[in-house]
Amino acid sequence: MDFVGAYSGANLSFLFESLLETLKMAGLAIILSLIFGIILGVLRFARIPVITQIVAIIVDILRNLPLVLIIMVSYFGLRDFGIQLDVFSAAILALTIFEAAMISEIVRSGLNSISKGQMEAARSSGLSYTQALRHIILPQGLRRMVPPTVSQCIALLKDTSLTIAIGATELMYAARVVYASQTSYMVPTLILVALIYFVINYSLSILSRRLEAKQI
Amino acid sequence: MDFARVWAYSDMIIEGLQVTMLASVIALLASLFFGTLVAVMRISPFKSLNWLGSAYVEFFRNIPLLLIILSVFFIFTPKGWIAGTIGLTIYTTAFIAEAIRAGIQSIPKGQMEAARSTGLTYGQAMILIILPQAIKVVIPPLGNQFLNLVKNSSLLAMVAGGDLMYQADLISSITFKTMDTYVFIAGFYLILTIPLSFLVKYLEKRFALSG
Repeated sequence: MDFVGAYSGANLSFLFESLLETLKMAGLAIILSLIFGIILGVLRFARIPVITQIVAIIVDILRNLPLVLIIMVSYFGLRDFGIQLDVFSAAILALTIFEAAMISEIVRSGLNSISKGQMEAARSSGLSYTQALRHIILPQGLRRMVPPTVSQCIALLKDTSLTIAIGATELMYAARVVYASQTSYMVPTLILVALIYFVINYSLSILSRRLEAKQI
Repeated sequence: MDFARVWAYSDMIIEGLQVTMLASVIALLASLFFGTLVAVMRISPFKSLNWLGSAYVEFFRNIPLLLIILSVFFIFTPKGWIAGTIGLTIYTTAFIAEAIRAGIQSIPKGQMEAARSTGLTYGQAMILIILPQAIKVVIPPLGNQFLNLVKNSSLLAMVAGGDLMYQADLISSITFKTMDTYVFIAGFYLILTIPLSFLVKYLEKRFALSG
């Protein structure tokens, strides 16, 4: 174990750069999957004939597949159809598809937890279905969705490590580059990277607990 | 889609399916055992055990599973599927411990007090009175964890663990039918996970009714 060598300036700045890449990837994927997740969740909640069923089937299939497989498909698989994404876009695509399906379930159960009387009262006060959804149901439901959504963001941040499978240059990839250069760097690098992930995700989970405590 | 080309390697697929199922079941049983242990540590009256249990859960829940599996693989054993199963166990133990702790804490305190006042020790009361009642609350989230385990076992592929995902990578590199292979293998994952997800939904409904 060579802590001094493993934590040399060059290695640390290399790891730090890749951490920024990880955060960029996670941030972009979170924003996109929130947008699509909310849309899909509302579509499932709204019980629109045919559309709701199709969304339900797609979401259930995606949620029950391993993310690695989706990552491989979006990078290598799509090439069979002549679509050649670069590594970063393929990673974003796969993460968004998978996490949007997860978030849509959070949205749906959040909306379902709002009592039916709210919708009925809103409708009988003259609002249309979409108006009631937008002004009455969504604002109440969104608040309940915050803690599980933060948990999902933590999961997403951890999941970015899987894009190493297609060679995305995120934190896990950089760690591999560092410890592959010398065996004695292995343990120190793994410890450091574990601590980086831990500090970020633990802070997020404390935040989520604060938000949860506020609601009750 | 030309699934016949992929099915030509059916022996590899079946082998991968076996490894995936075996790794998931072993990791589930092991993490049930260790998860119960950690959960009991977290609610025990001893401060140091408390802290140790919380530290375990918080640490391993917040780092990527891949990092755990790679660490076990490089530091302890070069056998991919063993490293993978140990990694899965370490990771899932943290999640199961949380589910079990929540279950135990949902049992009213009077139960423990009553059990203690009839002369049972803390350990006896926990095993004979509290845990059997907590199981009902814990079963639906445990089903969810098993579902995650089956999906997460795909990370064995990263350490050449011989699981379904690993075989998919091999087959796609032999046949060059990348999309066909992954779609076909996705079907096998769905055969494993969709029934499980329906079971979880059923359990959630059933145990919610009985309170």
